Amino acid sequence: MAEIKLASLAHSYQTSPSAPEDYAIRQMDHVWEQGGAYALLGPSGCGKSTLLNIISGLLIPSSGHVLFDGKEVNHLSPAERNVAQVFQFPVVYDTMTVYDNLAFPLRNLGKDKATIDKRVREIAAALELDSDLLRKANNLSADDKQKVSMGRGLVRDEVSAILLDEPLTVIDPSLKWKLRRQLKRLHQQFDITMVLVTHDQLEASTFADKIALMYQGQIVQNGTPQELFEQPAHTFVGYFIGSPGMNFIEVSLHDGCACFAGLSVPVEPATYDLAVNLGSSNMKLGIRPEFVRLHEQSQAGALDTLVTNIEDLGSYKIVTVEVAGQPIKARIEEDDWVPTGRVYLSFPLPWLKLYADEYLVKAV
Amino acid sequence: MSLTLNNVSRSVNGEPQLSDISMSLSAGSFNVLLGRTLAGKTSLMRLMAGLDKPDSGQILMHGENVLGVPIQRRNVSMVYQQFINYPHLSVFDNIASPLRVAGKSASVIDNKVREIASLLHIEEFLKRFPLELSGGQQQRTAMARALVKDASLILFDEPLANLDYKLREELRTELRDLFKESKTVVVYATTEPSEALALGGVTTLLHQGRAIQSGPAHIVYAQPDNILAAELFSEPSLNMLFDYQSNNDERFAIRPEHITLAATKETDLALELTVDVAEISGSETFLHMRKQAIKHGTDDQPQEIVARLRGIHHYQTGDTVRAYFPQAKLFRFDADGHILDPKKSSVEAVQGRHVKGGANG
Repeated sequence: MAEIKLASLAHSYQTSPSAPEDYAIRQMDHVWEQGGAYALLGPSGCGKSTLLNIISGLLIPSSGHVLFDGKEVNHLSPAERNVAQVFQFPVVYDTMTVYDNLAFPLRNLGKDKATIDKRVREIAAALELDSDLLRKANNLSADDKQKVSMGRGLVRDEVSAILLDEPLTVIDPSLKWKLRRQLKRLHQQFDITMVLVTHDQLEASTFADKIALMYQGQIVQNGTPQELFEQPAHTFVGYFIGSPGMNFIEVSLHDGCACFAGLSVPVEPATYDLAVNLGSSNMKLGIRPEFVRLHEQSQAGALDTLVTNIEDLGSYKIVTVEVAGQPIKARIEEDDWVPTGRVYLSFPLPWLKLYADEYLVKAV
Repeated sequence: MSLTLNNVSRSVNGEPQLSDISMSLSAGSFNVLLGRTLAGKTSLMRLMAGLDKPDSGQILMHGENVLGVPIQRRNVSMVYQQFINYPHLSVFDNIASPLRVAGKSASVIDNKVREIASLLHIEEFLKRFPLELSGGQQQRTAMARALVKDASLILFDEPLANLDYKLREELRTELRDLFKESKTVVVYATTEPSEALALGGVTTLLHQGRAIQSGPAHIVYAQPDNILAAELFSEPSLNMLFDYQSNNDERFAIRPEHITLAATKETDLALELTVDVAEISGSETFLHMRKQAIKHGTDDQPQEIVARLRGIHHYQTGDTVRAYFPQAKLFRFDADGHILDPKKSSVEAVQGRHVKGGANG
């Protein structure tokens, strides 16, 4: 069990990198505390697999340090680091029973029979594999095989950390719900640092206490699911978290307002002052579709807009309106009034964000 | 062209894969097959493509039986979950390959490839090879190849399953727009209810090789014919309310998104539940709760209820909560699981077995 710390870590697959884009991992510092449930979230190609391989010891970083409980492990093999891994596709011995598959990592360590038996049954119960223990792995469904594979990763209890690389991708959606909760329960039960790599925001946010969101080789925000949703630190976080993502409008700042196409939207005075002082020419207004308000009647400060599209998603709808050629999405609930034609749009002040050069302008 | 399936069945080694499926897909329609893994989606698409033959039943294209027609002459395209491209050919040549097979002239090919590549935002990659592209670009290439030959039937077999969800959101929207004006029959298979709703079009629910219900996605969602249809379109699962029963063995169920933690009306049903775990997604909370073990039918499991709540709600395992079930949102089923007219559901029809209904009960 360990705290994992990355200090001035950077990695490039090139021999003499110079520009920032030559790096798969741009220089970063990061800490995963002992016993936490963490997710590393990001789109394909953001560097999350590279980072995972650096932590597990499959890859030696070009510069910086990987520390387990303060001790540098850069040059230690995965076995020496004592890290357990679960992969995207099941790794099981087809000819062995489920029991023997789960017992395998423990037998390798020379554990005694009683210890092995206790642990195997514990893990099997947690994953609801108890009734399958004597079945041969090759007779299992694809979903059950992946459960066995996860069980093998989780069965050793004295590991420094468990790294899970998109373990639920191949699982049927209806079963995913169950497995995610089992994983969470296992984490609570065993007090082991767990890092889940995923490109699925729901998987990340429901499993992890803290999510590190990666983009272009950097962690652009490290926070709780709620922080990532309500206070996106970067426009990419606003875009990537939430479906659909945050609305962004290019604006300029005048008289306490964010202005576009001759329209002006008031913003919080403290944020406004801070943004003006930054003097950036790349200024954006951001608001999530969940927070945009639509009104049937004209109101003070509300923008006059036209509805261009409505998507019915069952329990809610996404309404697209257009203001001066700028599309803005708003979410309305199943039983809400459904707007058509001309509607009036307002942005509640607490949820209206300003971004300067893609980073959140935040008054402390 | 249109595609009609009449009472189509197929078994493999005595195991029924598809049972008595009838569907009618009109020209220009966007059709979604929604079902879990092994529901029969791929088997059904293979029949539509002509890759497999049914044991019984008819498949008609534009009214003509196509069972004898070889696949090459059916003008069908298929896109798979795995990105299938020719690794030794450039993106341009990958997209061009069906046109070359069809013997089109170089200038026609050039125009067509560029047009379709620009629609799918891969025009700048035409000279690259598939393995030099990201997963999303590789799947766009495979899609472009399927689209370039103006097929009368295009089959998408979970084409976005291997991509990150943001990319899926984008490609899904593009796909819908691509076929807006087209006469092509599109069939799209997915395991996710939310994807079926986002794609719109006509959804057919498949389960164990049978077509359970068919109709516009939001209608099938709102008005399921039976318990199974309601369950297949629920994410997470449909909540059966075993504590409420009427005199004639009616059963009640509610979707996770319709449960509230505050009473909406006096007629709301309500239950005292214990929190198992709260999953917080940022904008929503999935609250998994359970009732103490009760007996219902032969099943002895403690009943689980899951609510999908807007906003952040912090709960610890073991906390007690009162969950409310607005009557207007209840599904009411007869003893065989068929839906009953929701308007006839009233507080009189519902009698608490263990806990009394009502906001103050």
